[in-house]
Amino acid sequence: MMTSPPWAERPGRAGGLAKGLVLTFVVAAVLFPIYMVVLTSLSTQEAVSRAGGLVTAPGELSLAAYRQLFAGGVVTRAVLVSLGVTAAGTAISLGVTVLAAYGLSRPGSLMHRPLLFLVLLTFLFGPGLIPSYLLVSSLGLVDSYWALILPTAVTAFNLVVMRSFFMSIPGEVTDSARIDGASEFRILRRIVLPMSKGVTAVIGLFYAVGYWNSFFNAVLYLNDNAKWPLQVVLRQYVLQGQSLFVGQSGTGTIPGQALPPGLAVQMAIVVVALVPVLFVYPFVQRHFTKGVIVGAVKG
Amino acid sequence: MLRNAPRTGPAGDLTSPAGTGASKHVGKRAFSTSPGARVPFRDRLRRDWQLLLMTLPAIGLLIVFHYVPLLGNVIAFQDYSPYVGIADSPWVGMSNFQWLLLDDGFWDATLNTLSITAFQLVFYFPVPIALAILLDSVVRPRLRVFIQGIVYMPHFFSWVLVVTLFQQMFGGAGLLSQILRDHGHSGFDIMTDPDTFILLVTAETVWKDAGWGAIVFLAALAAIDQNLYEAAAVDGASRWRRMWHVTLPGLRPVIVLLLILRLGEALNVGFEQFFLQRDAVGRDAAEVLDTFVYWRTLLTGEWSYGAAAGLVKGVAGLILIVIANKVAHRFGEQGIYKRS
Repeated sequence: MMTSPPWAERPGRAGGLAKGLVLTFVVAAVLFPIYMVVLTSLSTQEAVSRAGGLVTAPGELSLAAYRQLFAGGVVTRAVLVSLGVTAAGTAISLGVTVLAAYGLSRPGSLMHRPLLFLVLLTFLFGPGLIPSYLLVSSLGLVDSYWALILPTAVTAFNLVVMRSFFMSIPGEVTDSARIDGASEFRILRRIVLPMSKGVTAVIGLFYAVGYWNSFFNAVLYLNDNAKWPLQVVLRQYVLQGQSLFVGQSGTGTIPGQALPPGLAVQMAIVVVALVPVLFVYPFVQRHFTKGVIVGAVKG
Repeated sequence: MLRNAPRTGPAGDLTSPAGTGASKHVGKRAFSTSPGARVPFRDRLRRDWQLLLMTLPAIGLLIVFHYVPLLGNVIAFQDYSPYVGIADSPWVGMSNFQWLLLDDGFWDATLNTLSITAFQLVFYFPVPIALAILLDSVVRPRLRVFIQGIVYMPHFFSWVLVVTLFQQMFGGAGLLSQILRDHGHSGFDIMTDPDTFILLVTAETVWKDAGWGAIVFLAALAAIDQNLYEAAAVDGASRWRRMWHVTLPGLRPVIVLLLILRLGEALNVGFEQFFLQRDAVGRDAAEVLDTFVYWRTLLTGEWSYGAAAGLVKGVAGLILIVIANKVAHRFGEQGIYKRS
């Protein structure tokens, strides 16, 4: 089972133990908070009050918190907003990025140097918060979901990573199709993209996570709190502990009784924010091979 | 001997996506000609119009949402009012910048930003390196992939989520306080304590990004020639000596590169992390340059002043990046752009 090379000395007992302990600690430091949050969200109100806070040992379980969240109302709406923005945003970003990455990937093509320079220059100097805000508001995008998508739709970094992958595809592969008279769009769709599933999945994940986690743009551009995505709701009701059901009419709770959200409900919101990432991640993780990521991490 | 061994591989290739990287493919393709081709413009347009069309949406978005607001920074030299517009707002020269340089809040934010950068250089920067070396020493492939999968994960969590998790663990009503109180001690709340704020944000950054940051070092480790280890072992070098004489020299280019890049980004410590915690901890500890611009402007409507602060930060950041690259080139590393 062990694959250490023959010249390596066998690890000493103390060294091996220390390494095991450190790695166990590292893994536990990531998993333990998630475990407790999930467990608390699934616990009954009694189990939470008995624990006096987060639940560490499984007691009586219940889905009440989730039932309350998804009975309609703030969180249900926020989840739908976040899903919609993530789906639309990822589709737009990925489409635009793939097209441009391919369009700039042919050596010697017309104008590709100045255009690439235009893309790369965005690394060095950002436009700044205030001018960006003024632009978005002058375009009339305040309180529009487009404000969460368009300003961040193209990340130069993702574009460059994708382009360098396309450039690593041998020219002979596409040249023959080109000689046969295939259009560039057809070559991209039929030849290049099928060869680039891994990089497309990873870049898609980067974009999707960016949209799902989108927080500050929503704070900045969405004044109407009925439009808030999930991250803003998470901050408002969990981090700042505001009451979830104030001003919310006819949804699951008794009107007029503004209970602060129970810890289980709060933790259920955290889980809802967490789950899509946990769910999508394993499918993409296997593509985190050196090729994609080494370029990708550099930024 | 070992130190001078030639090294190739991902570590050296780090910057290739950022470069134009085109030259090595030139001539391989039937339709491409040498750069600066003498093919007439009309023929090139006929040949490449589809490629140009493909880049159009991305270039358009970058122009509208990056370059247009970049020009919008001219309001830093105006007394801008949204009701009047850029064209008709009065020009005030450098006065916004003069006020800025006299503003204690601005200097406090700058100082906070630089302190946090310095602190994280010492207490965050080495963590991914150590983690990568540790992960690299796990020889069972499946176990290693499992651990990697877990430590990369928090990188994909939002800052709201990370701060919330920390609050639940270490906040006033969090798990740790709760345990302490159960055992008769007084609880504590590091989420609102300005004195330990720098520790808190660094711990959060380590939790969120150290695993992900290790990837680049893992790639560099994988590129180290295994024969070097074997040769060193045969020469009688112990495990630690091999780490010192083979592993660390192998990582050196990446470490130098990332260190320099981080210094070039010294004014950027991240926005959301501080935005989220500024209220709880207070301005004195948690105001960084980016949050300064936000609070000073959007709440008061002093657009020109905020734009001036943003511009100062942007220009200073650009100068730092250029210096960092000069230093990188002097060290014989590539930096983020190539020497021209």
